[in-house]
Amino acid sequence: MSQHAEPHSREAELHIVSPKVYVAVALSLLALTAATCAISYIDLGVFNAVVALAIAVIKASLVVLFFMHMKYSSRLIKLTAFAGLFVFLTLISMTMADYISRAWGRW
Amino acid sequence: MSSATIVNLPDPSTARIPKMNFLTRENGLLSWLLTGDHKRIATLYLISITFFFFIGGALAGLIRLELLTPQSDLMAADTYNKVFTMHGLIMIFLFLVPSVPATIGNFVIPMMVGAKDLALPKINLLSWYLYILAGGVMIYTMMVGGVDTGWTFTAPLSTHYLNTNVISAGLAVFIAGFSSIFTGLNFIVTIHKMRCPGMTWFRLPLFVWANYAASILMVLGTPVLAITLVLVILERTIHIGVFDPAYGGDPLLFQHLFWFYSHPAVYIMILPGMGVISEVISTFSRKRVFGYTAVAFSSVAIAVFGFFVWAHHMFIMGISNYAALVFSLLTMLVAVPSAIKIFNWAFTLYKGSITFETPMLYAIGFMGLFTIGGMTGIFLGATGTDIHLTETYFVVAHFHFVMVGGMLMAFLAGIHFWWPKWTGRMYPEKISQFAAVVTYIGFNLTFFPQFILGMLGMPRRYAAYPPQFQVLNVFSTAGATVLGVGYLLPVLYLTWSLRYGAIAGSNPWQATGLEWQTQSPPLTENFTEIPIMDHEAYDYEWLERQQAKEVASV
Repeated sequence: MSQHAEPHSREAELHIVSPKVYVAVALSLLALTAATCAISYIDLGVFNAVVALAIAVIKASLVVLFFMHMKYSSRLIKLTAFAGLFVFLTLISMTMADYISRAWGRW
Repeated sequence: MSSATIVNLPDPSTARIPKMNFLTRENGLLSWLLTGDHKRIATLYLISITFFFFIGGALAGLIRLELLTPQSDLMAADTYNKVFTMHGLIMIFLFLVPSVPATIGNFVIPMMVGAKDLALPKINLLSWYLYILAGGVMIYTMMVGGVDTGWTFTAPLSTHYLNTNVISAGLAVFIAGFSSIFTGLNFIVTIHKMRCPGMTWFRLPLFVWANYAASILMVLGTPVLAITLVLVILERTIHIGVFDPAYGGDPLLFQHLFWFYSHPAVYIMILPGMGVISEVISTFSRKRVFGYTAVAFSSVAIAVFGFFVWAHHMFIMGISNYAALVFSLLTMLVAVPSAIKIFNWAFTLYKGSITFETPMLYAIGFMGLFTIGGMTGIFLGATGTDIHLTETYFVVAHFHFVMVGGMLMAFLAGIHFWWPKWTGRMYPEKISQFAAVVTYIGFNLTFFPQFILGMLGMPRRYAAYPPQFQVLNVFSTAGATVLGVGYLLPVLYLTWSLRYGAIAGSNPWQATGLEWQTQSPPLTENFTEIPIMDHEAYDYEWLERQQAKEVASV
């Protein structure tokens, strides 16, 4: 009974985000795109991919947090999104565990 | 132990199937093709997966006939490759993955949680259409010549060397994947949002927990498979160089990505089956499932651990020794929640009033065969023995014990268990008990010799083999014919029962689930009024009080 006592939980509420926030996010996305282009002209050695990916991650986070309203969602929705992230990190980290240790030879 | 039965049918002279139910509500083909009713979609799914099961089964028959003799004489070697590939693809993606969730799960989960339907009925219908589309593309693949990569699409074989229809086969699996994602999504939303008043998480039937865990795997794992198959298709068409070493790719990366989905897919296939077994064991031993919470959480634990073990499919493929060690260790951990389930079912049986109706026979078969399947998995998860056993018939026997001996047994248990609810009529008990026994004998005769063949070193995926392996292969083929009879019988007598079966009444098994507290077949809305869950799951005393009250009020 307890979980159904309040039929309208928080995510059912409409959260109104002011246009200012959207414009600010859009502008920062454009600025970050410009940064990616600009940095591509500078050779950072091994950090080329690192910097490009870091900027891409920041941009994706902005989209998810503000445009997709994750910042204003209930904890259940946040957990759901985090589950996807967790699985992705598992895939990358455990695959990398193989790649990194492949050259170590036998134990 | 009682030799009696718990079956409780209404007086046959006066019993009638309720005039108004989900089957009679509307008529005509369009009322089925455009339906939003989860019970009708489940029925559509049941017919479709049975169709594909028999195609896959016919291919299995061809494989076993070819292996009757050591030479490759029934078909050419590359035809054989295509036959076992299509058998694997059809059985896994068009039968096992949707089998219990999309049919039985679709049918009973909304009723079990006390809801009128799934949360997203149109998405549910869309998932069936995607399934049919995937099936169509798969049949197209077969008609234009098939594919011979094995169901694993292993690169660089699939990206570089073969001229068969890898692209259309990959596309079929891609589409089937989305069908499965939609089913999983629907279950998750329904279980979170549509439980009736009083239905707390720990009052949910264990079938719901098992399907919830499987749904999480479907939603989180399947996209990786979809991306991987798209990469294979791009590799073949425009040579993007991800998997193919000729273009600078790494074939092991393919296996990492593929098994990242396909190992959890094993749990997508088996978890809903385990849910069925919990329901059946409890009902036919008249006891609450021993250690309810442990069984519920073991489903979730299997789902979580399932994501950390995939590289045990790759021990001999050239992955790092250190990674192999870690993955081997993690693989052993999955044995823990699986064992929790088996032991708890055994303790549920202990001092229960056990009766041996057909679903119970299948469930007991499941417990035995799944245990053997799981234990032989330990051999394969240990890096040392795996070097000897991998790519042999031992692997084939192992996963058939889990998938056929486990999941198919559970599917048949579930179909028989909920058949009275689904159709309003009983299946014939004696012949179905006979079919369950035939299936069990046929199954063991088919697959047990394959363990020995694998230990002796017979490799899988070859049309020919050394003559000293013939005796065991003849046993296996003979068993397959018995097994075929075991699977054909239910189709015949279940179809027969649609017209001639005894009227079941609403609760023939005297089971406690909410789905049994409504008429059979149920109304389109499932319940006349929203149920209120005021007792724990599997509370047989509550049911007794309920029935006493009904008698008193008459």
